[in-house]
Amino acid sequence: MTGFDLLRFDDWTKPVPPAERDVAALLPDDDEGRPPVLFVPGLGHAAWAFAEHWLPHTAGRGFPAHALSPRPGGDLRAQVHDVVQTAASLPRQAVLIGHGVGAQVVARALGRYPARAAVLVAPVLDGRSALGSALLANPAGTIPALFGGRLRISARQLFNSGLPAEQTAEYLSRLDPKPRAELLRRAVPPRPVGDPPVLVVGSPDDRVVARKALDRAAAAYAGAPLMFPGMGHDLMLEESWAEPIDAILDWLTKQVK
Amino acid sequence: MHDSPDPGERRDAVCVVGAGASGLTAVKNLLELGFQVDCYERETAVGGAWNWRHDRSPVYAGTHLISSRPLTEFPDFPMPDTWPDYPHHSQVLTYLERYASHFRLGEHIWFGTEVVSAVPTDDGGWEVTTRSTGGGASRTSRYAALIVANGHNWDPRKPAIPGEFRGRVMHSSAYKDPAVLRGRKVLVVGGGNTGCDIAVEAAQQASQVWHSTRRGYWYAPKYILGRPADQVNDALLKWRLPLRLRQWLYRRTVRLTTGDLTRFGLPAPDHQPYESHPIVNSQLPYYLGHGRITPVPDVTAFDGAAVELSDGRRVEPDLVITATGYRPRFEFLAPELLDADESGRPDLHLHTFARKHPTLAVIGLVQPDAGVFPLAHWQSVATARWLRLRLSDPAKAAAVQQKESAKPLASWSKRRVVKTERHWFEVDHLDYLRSLESLLNEMESAS
Repeated sequence: MTGFDLLRFDDWTKPVPPAERDVAALLPDDDEGRPPVLFVPGLGHAAWAFAEHWLPHTAGRGFPAHALSPRPGGDLRAQVHDVVQTAASLPRQAVLIGHGVGAQVVARALGRYPARAAVLVAPVLDGRSALGSALLANPAGTIPALFGGRLRISARQLFNSGLPAEQTAEYLSRLDPKPRAELLRRAVPPRPVGDPPVLVVGSPDDRVVARKALDRAAAAYAGAPLMFPGMGHDLMLEESWAEPIDAILDWLTKQVK
Repeated sequence: MHDSPDPGERRDAVCVVGAGASGLTAVKNLLELGFQVDCYERETAVGGAWNWRHDRSPVYAGTHLISSRPLTEFPDFPMPDTWPDYPHHSQVLTYLERYASHFRLGEHIWFGTEVVSAVPTDDGGWEVTTRSTGGGASRTSRYAALIVANGHNWDPRKPAIPGEFRGRVMHSSAYKDPAVLRGRKVLVVGGGNTGCDIAVEAAQQASQVWHSTRRGYWYAPKYILGRPADQVNDALLKWRLPLRLRQWLYRRTVRLTTGDLTRFGLPAPDHQPYESHPIVNSQLPYYLGHGRITPVPDVTAFDGAAVELSDGRRVEPDLVITATGYRPRFEFLAPELLDADESGRPDLHLHTFARKHPTLAVIGLVQPDAGVFPLAHWQSVATARWLRLRLSDPAKAAAVQQKESAKPLASWSKRRVVKTERHWFEVDHLDYLRSLESLLNEMESAS
């Protein structure tokens, strides 16, 4: 973790231009004063990945739930900007939950915005390690992307459990991954402002994020990862999607008491 | 709210005076470090100077920021990126209200309550006496620390002009609406940003406008190369160019944009760029060029219907607006607590920390060449961390204090500025933030 970030020349001299932000939202029937949750999707995913299960489930448990789609063509800095702008626009201090590369976006946003709490789900903080995993699991779909071609993500990279084939195909058809070279760095997460509680969630059977990378990510926030064996990288779309989100919301409930 | 049997005993809680921008950020950052906080605000709502319904607000209908949005917003709570580069004062108030509700600061603020005195106790704490602004009995509570954020732009500094004037004289603090200018002959006194802004408003409303300034200033435009001027300036500062080179660039830029204003009768600047608070106004040269504003020198006396000027001229305005600034005032504190001199100028480390009272700090008492909010935020972070360090590791806290107190003034206020009251709290935002950063890192390594 780096130190205090007082001099922000990029923000001061080259502010990220505004863009239309696509936010899916579901509010609970009764407002019990719980903090809003903002889901941030990873590479190739958008708000739909959370709208399937986690968004309604979170709202059903009394948390105002929001999911942000990345702006078209936006780099990491623009994505962080959009997360901070969206979080600050919510009526109360928000909880940030990022998945995959979205967790890297959240980790960076934590250096800008004092979240109520944060959850990094299967975080891709180490782009090189994720590339290595992708080359092992899906060389044919990955190698062309290294030379400017299309990145084709396969089902076995994202899912482990017995998701029906047509459902898997449908999810894959919605993916639109546009990897950028900046993701290949091993990101040093900035010091989170406001010292929020941070939880790292993952699976030992994730074919994108290795177990070691999960441990490293959790250690960066002085914790241990919460594991869901048997699940693939896309925990929020797996058959057993309810287990991790319930565990996350249980943890959150304790944190915000 | 109180958790101790004696309602006046707040033990480790911190008292914050004022719920304007500086008070709000102090409350937020103290809460974030786990302190209990009671904030006292004499008005019934947040916003301080930016809430123009407040008695003491200096803003008028047309007030806009003069520093651009990214250099004005709190570093951890951005203004909406769809807002203009230079938001209107009503947007700034909305922003502060949203900041307060987002972080649930309201439940820690006692509205309609003013602090009438704050006295240090033997154990390093404070006895704070408050009273409802609606009258009623006063009440004294004990706190571990006192954070003063009562603003410094509310007590008008009125010039002592000899003689009687038959027309109307008002300080800019009382100026709210351009309707008062309509069709009148107006003299605006004061060359600061407010004076220039009001002169420009008068140029659009009044039948005749004189603008009296004592000295020549550097008038920077709000936009350079299509970007807000402060953003372009910070792009240069990023490269740590030497001051002399930056001054040369500044003069070049002003010559290429604003141009030479002495041909309109304005005096030439008697100081170098960066040696006084920057005047940022694109419209003043425009209205000078259209003959709508007549520059005049200092006012020497009133004489019935006329105003005498230092060059011997006499003008006969219907209305005189004195935009001559404000005085800092801390009527609830004995002057020696802030090491104030006879003229009322407090002497505080980093314009923030009282030198003899480690549990007393003032937030927002700076005049930076950028927005104040980011500086007030980092002052609050440093203060909260300082108070935390005193509790968690008193020995390290003493070591940090010793090291800090040995630092010369020039380490955080390098700028040579024009020696007037107006520039008492002038800081270069980068030098200043670097000093705060070094203090924060020192405390971090110590904790």
